[in-house]
Amino acid sequence: MRNSYDIAVVGGGLLGSAIAWGLGRIGQRVCVLDEGDIAKRASRANFALVWVQSKGLGMPAYTGWTMQASDTWPQLAAELREQTGLDVCFQRNGGFHLALGEDELEQRQALMKRLHNQPGAVDYKMELLDRGQVAKMLPHIGPEVSGGSFSPYDGHVNSLRTFRALHTGMVKFGVDYRPEHPVSDIKYEQGEFRLTSPKGEIRAAKIVLAAGNANQTLAPMVGLEAPMGPTRGQIVVTERTMPFLPHPLSTLRQTDEGTVMIGDSKEEMLDDTVLNLPISSVMADRAQRMFPLLGRLNVVRSWSGIRVMPKDGFPIYEQSETCPGAFVTCCHSGVTLAPNHAFEIAPMVAAGALDTKKLAAFSAKRFRKTDVRTSGYY
Amino acid sequence: MFKRFESDSRKAVEIFVDGRPVMAREGDTVSAALLASGLDVRRKTAVSGAPRLPYCMMGVCFDCLVTIDGMGNRQGCLVPVRPGMQVEIQKGKREIGR
Repeated sequence: MRNSYDIAVVGGGLLGSAIAWGLGRIGQRVCVLDEGDIAKRASRANFALVWVQSKGLGMPAYTGWTMQASDTWPQLAAELREQTGLDVCFQRNGGFHLALGEDELEQRQALMKRLHNQPGAVDYKMELLDRGQVAKMLPHIGPEVSGGSFSPYDGHVNSLRTFRALHTGMVKFGVDYRPEHPVSDIKYEQGEFRLTSPKGEIRAAKIVLAAGNANQTLAPMVGLEAPMGPTRGQIVVTERTMPFLPHPLSTLRQTDEGTVMIGDSKEEMLDDTVLNLPISSVMADRAQRMFPLLGRLNVVRSWSGIRVMPKDGFPIYEQSETCPGAFVTCCHSGVTLAPNHAFEIAPMVAAGALDTKKLAAFSAKRFRKTDVRTSGYY
Repeated sequence: MFKRFESDSRKAVEIFVDGRPVMAREGDTVSAALLASGLDVRRKTAVSGAPRLPYCMMGVCFDCLVTIDGMGNRQGCLVPVRPGMQVEIQKGKREIGR
């Protein structure tokens, strides 16, 4: 392998591999510098929703960016299948957020109203459905379900297979994938970046930082900033069962191969090698109240993972002013936004400049203001 | 394929496999009874539908998954037969609610 590239992508998770795949697709000479198997890898721990509803409260531009991704997912899935033979099982079949009891339904309605009232937000076609309407679409709901919100743009995917397809695909495009290359230092000298790793120095004309929460440390090396606020999430998985759930929920979905995933906890604790069982049991209890039949299934796996999370919950896409050719990319929704990273961000990086018309809202300069508004949802 | 020892003098226990009566012996596991039944007791796996029979007979491999008295995904090799037990060969994934 060579040691000098057009572009070095730091991070080989869903975000880094989507950008690297997108760069390889347009003929760039790219390497991906990744950590090893012990990396805290959100790409292997996530919930696999391609999710639209409720995202973007506090940043209307994020609603349009999310919708664009949802609209382009079919293209990404088709191209990956064509190139790698892997079916990532993308489904945009509409998704629910279910409420247990009247209070939760009222809270949901209030959230929808605030989202809807934002100037410049894209219409998610979110509807608040009562219990009877939900029951028509989700016949197995339990007696405590009071209703829920539905957006036809929500969907889900097999995210592990997506991850594999992006890696298989980028290598086919000629991208050099280099695991066990954690980057400890980056120098910018005479228009070239020098990246230090335990396996030697890599040189590149441009770099993309896509190292998840580690971007916070790497970005300042090239005149960028990426304030992060990671959280931990837990997931519980049941044994495989016949298809019973025709739509994904924000907290529960049935995978293409039949397992039921129960998720959505959010914790401050950042150790991903242990589980907080009381939290798992609350998640399982809520799932069982939504679908009592789940109570018959055995749990076969559970895990915790660390979310990549910019401080205010919204993506960061930024280019360096002091080190031209350095870009930082961070977001929580590496699954949902994968098509944007492959088809939008990658060509901008190749061209050497982000399109500020499209991406101005996602600049990290927003963190310099004192009153950063948070999404309240990732 | 499997034959019982002629000297096996344990008491007979009648179970039902997909509704058909099968004579097992007291102390058999469901998997042992199925293998000795002479019937085609191959299950189908949950994802690809590949045929499988009980394999390890000690609770490790999960290839003996079977529906017993209406409950899916039981490990047949760990469950002793009882008179009148209803066993169904599972074709694919467990059904929700079973």
